[in-house]
Amino acid sequence: MPTKKTYWKSVDQLEGNNPMIQDLKQNEFVEKLPVESDSESDPGTSRRDFLKYVGFSTAAATLAACEGPVIKSVPYVVQPERIIPGIANYYATTIADGFDFASILIKTREGRPIKVESNKIASTNNSANARVHASVLSMYDTLRLQGPMANGIDVSWEDFYLQIEAKLKAMAVTNKSIVLLTQTLASPTTQSIIDAFIARYPNVRQVTYDTISEDATVQAFENIYGIRAMADYDFSKAHSIVSVAADIVGDWQGGGFDKGYSQARVPKGGAGKKMMSKHFQFESNMSLSGANADHRVPATPNELKNILASIAAQILGKTDTSTLKESHQKQVANAVKSLRAAGKKGVLVTGIDEVAAQELVLAVNQKIASEAFEPEFPKLTRQGNTQEVLQLFKDIQSKKVNGLITFGVNPLLTLAEGPEMTASFKELDLSLAFVSKEDETAAAAQYVAAVPHYLEAWGDYELKKGHYALSQPTIKPLFDTQQFQDVLLKLSGSSASYYERLKTYWNNAILFGASWNQTLHDGYIHRDVEGISPQNAVDVSKQITSLATTEEAEMQLVLYTKTGMGDGQQANNPWLQEFPDPVTRVSWDNYLSISKKDADRIGLKNINIANGALNGSYAKITVNGKSLTAPVLIQPGQALGSVGLALGYGERMGLKEEMQVGVNAYPLYLGQNKTQDVTISPADGYHEFACVQLHNTMMGRGDIVKETTLEIFNTKDSYYWNPVPEVSKNHMEMPVTSPEVDMWQEFDRSIGHHFNLSIDLNACTGCGACVIACHAENNVPVVGKTEIRKSRDMHWLRIDRYYSSDATFEEDLDKKENISGLGDSLTTFGKMEQAAENPQVTFQPVMCQHCNHAPCETVCPVAASSHGRQGQNHMAYNRCVGTRYCANNCPYKVRRFNWFLYNQNDEFDYHMNNDLGRMVLNPDVVVRSRGVMEKCSMCIQMTQKTILDAKLEGRQIKDGEFQTACSNACDSGALVFGDINDKESQVAQLKEDSRMYHLLEHVGTKPNVMYQVKVRNTDQS
Amino acid sequence: MASHYEAPIRKPLVTGDKSYHDVTVDVAAPVEGTANREWWIVFGIALTAFLYGVGCIIYTISTGIGTWGLNKTVGWAWDITNFVWWVGIGHAGTLISAVLLLFRQKWRMAINRSAEAMTIFSVIQAGLFPIIHMGRPWLAYWVLPIPNGFGSLWVNFNSPLLWDVFAISTYLSVSLVFWWTGLLPDFAMIRDRAVRPFQKKIYSLLSFGWSGRAKDWQRFEEVSLVLAGLATPLVLSVHTIVSFDFATSVIPGWHTTIFPPYFVAGAIFSGFAMVNTLLIIMRKVSHLENYITVQHIELMNIVIMITGSIVGVAYITELVIAWYSGVEYEQYAFLNRATGPYWWAYWSMMTCNVFSPQFMWFKKLRTSIMFSFIISIVVNIGMWFERFVIIVTSLHRDYLPSSWTMFSPTFVDIGIFIGTIGFFFVLFLLYARTFPVIAQAEVKTILKSSGEKYKKLRDAHE
Repeated sequence: MPTKKTYWKSVDQLEGNNPMIQDLKQNEFVEKLPVESDSESDPGTSRRDFLKYVGFSTAAATLAACEGPVIKSVPYVVQPERIIPGIANYYATTIADGFDFASILIKTREGRPIKVESNKIASTNNSANARVHASVLSMYDTLRLQGPMANGIDVSWEDFYLQIEAKLKAMAVTNKSIVLLTQTLASPTTQSIIDAFIARYPNVRQVTYDTISEDATVQAFENIYGIRAMADYDFSKAHSIVSVAADIVGDWQGGGFDKGYSQARVPKGGAGKKMMSKHFQFESNMSLSGANADHRVPATPNELKNILASIAAQILGKTDTSTLKESHQKQVANAVKSLRAAGKKGVLVTGIDEVAAQELVLAVNQKIASEAFEPEFPKLTRQGNTQEVLQLFKDIQSKKVNGLITFGVNPLLTLAEGPEMTASFKELDLSLAFVSKEDETAAAAQYVAAVPHYLEAWGDYELKKGHYALSQPTIKPLFDTQQFQDVLLKLSGSSASYYERLKTYWNNAILFGASWNQTLHDGYIHRDVEGISPQNAVDVSKQITSLATTEEAEMQLVLYTKTGMGDGQQANNPWLQEFPDPVTRVSWDNYLSISKKDADRIGLKNINIANGALNGSYAKITVNGKSLTAPVLIQPGQALGSVGLALGYGERMGLKEEMQVGVNAYPLYLGQNKTQDVTISPADGYHEFACVQLHNTMMGRGDIVKETTLEIFNTKDSYYWNPVPEVSKNHMEMPVTSPEVDMWQEFDRSIGHHFNLSIDLNACTGCGACVIACHAENNVPVVGKTEIRKSRDMHWLRIDRYYSSDATFEEDLDKKENISGLGDSLTTFGKMEQAAENPQVTFQPVMCQHCNHAPCETVCPVAASSHGRQGQNHMAYNRCVGTRYCANNCPYKVRRFNWFLYNQNDEFDYHMNNDLGRMVLNPDVVVRSRGVMEKCSMCIQMTQKTILDAKLEGRQIKDGEFQTACSNACDSGALVFGDINDKESQVAQLKEDSRMYHLLEHVGTKPNVMYQVKVRNTDQS
Repeated sequence: MASHYEAPIRKPLVTGDKSYHDVTVDVAAPVEGTANREWWIVFGIALTAFLYGVGCIIYTISTGIGTWGLNKTVGWAWDITNFVWWVGIGHAGTLISAVLLLFRQKWRMAINRSAEAMTIFSVIQAGLFPIIHMGRPWLAYWVLPIPNGFGSLWVNFNSPLLWDVFAISTYLSVSLVFWWTGLLPDFAMIRDRAVRPFQKKIYSLLSFGWSGRAKDWQRFEEVSLVLAGLATPLVLSVHTIVSFDFATSVIPGWHTTIFPPYFVAGAIFSGFAMVNTLLIIMRKVSHLENYITVQHIELMNIVIMITGSIVGVAYITELVIAWYSGVEYEQYAFLNRATGPYWWAYWSMMTCNVFSPQFMWFKKLRTSIMFSFIISIVVNIGMWFERFVIIVTSLHRDYLPSSWTMFSPTFVDIGIFIGTIGFFFVLFLLYARTFPVIAQAEVKTILKSSGEKYKKLRDAHE
């Protein structure tokens, strides 16, 4: 029974017709609201408005102040086909900078090239060295030229063409001679374009100039075989290698021989009859080859000539007119004996810059029909002609040549006479330099054409007869650059682009119906062509006589190129500057290497200061009246009476101040001959070196690098030459690896992946490609010379180099074993700190050993270091508070601490301090901040990618798919990475190998990195 | 409670004809008087050193640990050396106040207050280093097991550094409570004597309302005994745990089971030396020669001699065990320690720690105040070197010779160390002017038995 109740609020309501009540009924609000429209009647701002305004402005001000740092990113409006964010694209291309020639793969992320890898399927030059791996960073160099210039002023390409064309035409009319000076191009298409250019301007002629010349080799080959090229060698087929001054593992004749070399260095074959090659090295400087050789004989350049003459005479059965020291005679006899025993499996090589020497080597290898010797399909990567180059510069001075166009070379720096040439170079009617940096030649030239980096360019190469390779751009040119070939085409009046010409040329002359796309994808193609054969015979007796010199020199200088720097064209690359030399382990410098005896005689010293850093006295080097001052480094193994100095360093143009390190040795490279007679005298002061390894010997610690000889390896049980250390439990000797003596509980590692890395000390040549690959993959910072000097290098992977302090490491061990008493141990250990005069050398790559019982993991108070399911020892950078306890407790000293902020910090002005340089960073790896520890992660970003890819595709992972940056970069096969739970995998088999051992096994860390015992083929049979 | 009788052959612990009132006046004098010029000079020097250290710490934290001389091989040097050194010094206070209390050594009463103050101030210095030696000290709180929003992140209880965190913080808090408990009646005494209202207010706050009732005294005695019982194991445990930082590692020269007792002995050794250094000056400046007597100094010298010899035995044991172990890395580590590039540090340590305390066998020398003072300084130099030797010479040449290098300090390393010495003295000097530096309430309990005045009275009666 609902009734509508009404409630009254006041007595007035009851009246019903009170006007005030009626009003209230009509209006929602009792008072009139102060709204804007009423402003006429009430112009003042009400409290309500005031609050609104205050509220809004406070909120707005707060929001405005809250704005975080804005990082601008430009999204894809139209997503490019094939670029998926987060997925890398690989392109095959070729580097051919005149010094390094290699088929490579480029990894690009979101369109940015970030890493170089070897193109393993390519038929030749398929191993990228440290410099090639680092070359990607050279593209992101802030000092690169960003456009063409005329007389020092930036111009447009249109103006540039107009001016050049006018000049060329004017000079053609008056028939003034112009020379086109190029690096070794080895490029069929480029050569055809040059030919067309010369056809249009007949007053132009071409001269080829190699910064580091192999003129003698090329000349000798031309004399015998008729073309300017170099015989190829495959050392994997050699059982006996005799090298006289040829750094076959390094940059000799363009390098790239180390891959084959290493293959034959690993003992292979049936049990007890395993074979490996035997390597004799006669040399002056301690080179990588000498360090790897079984028998290394130091000799001065003059002695080396006699040694080669003697070997050639004995093998070829001619009169030996050489004069040899007694010790050399014995070694030469051994080498000859070994060569004879090897028969077709022997090979003789030399790096002596004399046609006679090179011809003799050809004759010897022909005579023994060496299988490792491949003259039929020679290498075309060095074609420079020193005579023509020297003549050219005389012509420029005498004004016989009026114009010079340079491409890929910097003669005003790299030619010994270069600096004196500058004045007459500037007086040329036309000087045009194709460069990517403002170098000495570019600075003196009227016209400078900015060329792209090779990763932004097209190109083609015939690296070896019948072996063709292609270059393709992997990124749009970063700057306003044009390729040399495009410029030449345009100047020749062609409207075609280089790309079109390249494709046409290849389709017509090389591919013969093969797919262009497939070839471009592969980066190379091999065509069957007819091999070349000898046209002339070597006049052996004459060459032996001419080589067997009786000249005497007080001191001889041997110029060489460093593994990290090569000819120096990448000197502005911080990765390469910080790369420690594999032999001396000095970074950021070159130096005069000298033997201890010579140093003592002349009064030159190496000292270590209070924080351990190395200082060396300066010495004045005089060659033919020219002199320069260089710091001295005492080099064990340096031949008495010889000194070494690396080319490619020193102050010059186009280099950041930080990179202006070392001394420029090119002024001493007279006549492009690597050996010079010199006088050395002491100079004032000490030089500060940045050496990453301050202690050179192994102190008789035989369990660091375990080694044995081939004979013992073949005849004795592995217990003898690779014993597992033992520990006593209940008076029973047990191997330290047995579970009984383990204080930790073992996890079940049989499920999932368990990663292991095997390092074969026989295959490792110490080339350092892995060091740079790791640097690139893992965004390892560059810290600079002063920090390296404080022992603060950041490399995650280092290659330790040890010298024996006796003649061999074995003698070191014996010596240490036979110490008796305290006095003896004091003197003996003191002596063991010094390297021998001609020591044995060993290389040992060391990175985080990923111990299953990691000492670093237990000590971290915040558990930033912990163990992974797949065997990795993880480092959680975000969690790290930086106590450094883990680094102290690491027996391998592989942990690296961020002492400072190494990125975006002006104190460390390297690639991580500018936007261009940071483009090289790998987006998959975090850049570490100051105060945290970092170290090798076993490239977990790569293994995870492999796992995820296989999962997506729903398949098993094949052996070889798992890689780390280092194992991927190791072309010699020393580093093998994989999953040991896959019993079929190579790494699982290597784990069972009798040569396998773990570094410092007795500590009980159970590493996931293993080493293979080094076997030396030193037995004289 | 102490009996009022003590054998006549025992020398009085309080000399001079001191009455109860004299004790009060003597102890209150430095607090009630004004500072002299010498105090201001020394305080000025200490403050300058402290501020310099603060500057160096700010520089380190803002720029990076790279400002120190450390490198890839030697990850700790002066930082942890200083840490262990200061912790070691901090050991004397608790040993004197707790262990000697349990053993009823009455002579401790004159020195325990200052020894404990020294303990607390040096533990504060020690505690600085584990924080500032971190690469990211602003995250130092991550070493505490506190619930957090980072997910399931927890500290690593296996890490000796974490044990350190617990050991040091426990030690600091127990020492502080123990010290303050003892201070209560003495603060109350100063409160009662204070004439200025502000001073009275402050000391009433500090004395926690001590009223001097019998119940107060009873509780005071009980708490002291309980805290002594708690603190005694700490004397042994703190440096044992500090030594675990090294002993549980795998580095030759660190991985040594002898470390715990050796470190504790070394800590007591350096702590007593520091007490000697401070009190020899303080007794003179604050006119407390009648309370801190030559006998006190002699007794401390005997402790220094004994612990110094224990440390010496430990050093030699290490060498013998290294030889006996047959482990080449171990052998080389110790050979290198004594004869390698840091031989001078090793032999400084040996001379200061092992040879110099042997002079204390001679009564004439151990009762010579000047000589005691010199030895006390020498011992602390030696103990600093001991830690430097253990840390740096073990690290700089460990397993792989390729990583061997050297360490050399920068001005920042040195500056921070000097800064902590400055900080320590700033605190101690302020303490000497504001705190009752002798536990006068306790001293009064033995005045009748061990005071010279009462001994004489007793003799007169016999």
